[in-house]
Amino acid sequence: MSDTRASRAALAVWATLIALFLLAPILLIVLYAFNPSNVQSWPLHGLSTKWFSSTWHNQEMRQAFGLSVRAALISTGIALLLGSMAAFAVHRFRFFGREAISFVLVLPLALPGIITGMALNSFFAFGGVSFSLTTIVIGHATFCIVTVYNNVIARLRRTQTSLVEASMDLGADGWQTFRHVTLPVIATALVAGGLLAFALSFDEVIVTTFTAGAQNTLPLWIFGSIRLGQNLPQVNVVVLFVIALTFVPVVLAQRLTRDTGVVRMTAGRRR
Amino acid sequence: MSAEATVRRAPRGGLRGRASAVLFRRAWLRAVLLLSAPGAWFVLIYLAALAILFVSAFWRVDGFTGKLVHAWNVDNFRQLVENPTYRTIALRTIGIAAAVTVTDALLAIPFAYFAARLASRRLQAVLFVIVLVPLWTSYLVRVYAWRLILAKDGIVNWALHGIGLGSVDVAYSNWAMWIVFSYIWLPFMILPVWVAFERVPASFLEASADLGARARTTFRRVLLPLVLPGVVAGSIFTFSLTLGDFITPTLVGGAGSDFIGNVVYRNVGIASNVPFAAAFATIPLLVMAVYLAIARRLGAFEAL
Repeated sequence: MSDTRASRAALAVWATLIALFLLAPILLIVLYAFNPSNVQSWPLHGLSTKWFSSTWHNQEMRQAFGLSVRAALISTGIALLLGSMAAFAVHRFRFFGREAISFVLVLPLALPGIITGMALNSFFAFGGVSFSLTTIVIGHATFCIVTVYNNVIARLRRTQTSLVEASMDLGADGWQTFRHVTLPVIATALVAGGLLAFALSFDEVIVTTFTAGAQNTLPLWIFGSIRLGQNLPQVNVVVLFVIALTFVPVVLAQRLTRDTGVVRMTAGRRR
Repeated sequence: MSAEATVRRAPRGGLRGRASAVLFRRAWLRAVLLLSAPGAWFVLIYLAALAILFVSAFWRVDGFTGKLVHAWNVDNFRQLVENPTYRTIALRTIGIAAAVTVTDALLAIPFAYFAARLASRRLQAVLFVIVLVPLWTSYLVRVYAWRLILAKDGIVNWALHGIGLGSVDVAYSNWAMWIVFSYIWLPFMILPVWVAFERVPASFLEASADLGARARTTFRRVLLPLVLPGVVAGSIFTFSLTLGDFITPTLVGGAGSDFIGNVVYRNVGIASNVPFAAAFATIPLLVMAVYLAIARRLGAFEAL
């Protein structure tokens, strides 16, 4: 198709505008962390790091941060275990309902967040379970499993089964084959899936509002503060920190799975 | 190798070896063992929770004691249909989700066309990262950024004032929600459409040109129909994610900007009427079920 020069130029301008639209809000929010005023208005009157130390010493924020890290670590652990088990089962064996498993695993991410949140909330209420770190972890692990599953199964599909057969032929038992052949092959996929699961859990708000009860995770603390208009200068600093903390794992995961490209669709999903 | 090591590594011996051999021969047993843990998690927790959600939509809360009454009735649904407030909220949610989907499609198609077919390799890589950066940034952070941007003393009004256009009062309104949702979910639309444009073989376009079609005609009659599944795939995300949200309406919507999610959230928390919340939460679920059925027919699942 021969595009005219004018339409090419128009498309280039459009693409530039969209690129600016995508990036500008993020650059802007980074700047706000250095806002010296406690009024959040534009333009900023100078740049300063004066709010960094008070943010660091905010006890509520620290507790929320600690809870978020614990929840994310445990959820990631569960997701790594269950996600890779499911991936192995679905990859290696053909059985009735194989497609159904992939479908069910992705449901917590594909359905609107309030459904998963509401469902777990009524489940806990029904079972008389009171809200705790455990209930948060159950919610997070449920939607994190699929990120590990997707990464591991994509890697397994690219790996030849002859490797495993060769190992067994050479006399290794199942465990030795797993330890010396399979694990090294899927190692980076596991790390990538784990990093994504961590980022997903650390960032989650909607499901968490239904499973946390009175506890505050870091996103819940941020949400509450913004809604009530409290501690906004500190929120700005935390936001900068959160950007760094979710950015690093996802970029790392992206580098580790360049071959399969699973990261790009599951990365921002939460949501 | 030492004798000890040889013995230790002897295959198919001892309990472990025998277990290994049994598992190797019986593939189904391995599958069952591997699936047991994740299967139990999803069936006993997630699917059970979804089932309870549906069942509880037919229960009610005793107005006097505040306790759940496990008696089947459709009062919650009747209230949803008969009360005009809830009807407005449901229509607003679905309407804005549709508007956001259309907006994102209109923004994404020219961008994806440029990225997939006109940009150089180098530029493609740059654009790809630019599309991913918002996805990598915390959702809450992006909504907060827009709250600051659209605020009365934010950068939009500052810029408008600077060029002598006065100011707009867009913060805390349906317009703000439309802008913010369109921003937040735009990458989910761009990526599948981009891939769809890349998949169209160049020979199709050459054939169309050879047969005398102009660029515009080729775009409309050849390219667009082939890219449609990608657009529908993207719309699943933009539509579903908007339907189930209540954070954006809370942070950038106004007093009269409640979404289904806000009502659900309040009924679980403050108002403590879980059956009603469950009933209301079935609406986005039904809408999504219908939407997915249509999307499947349009071939969107292959484009995901």
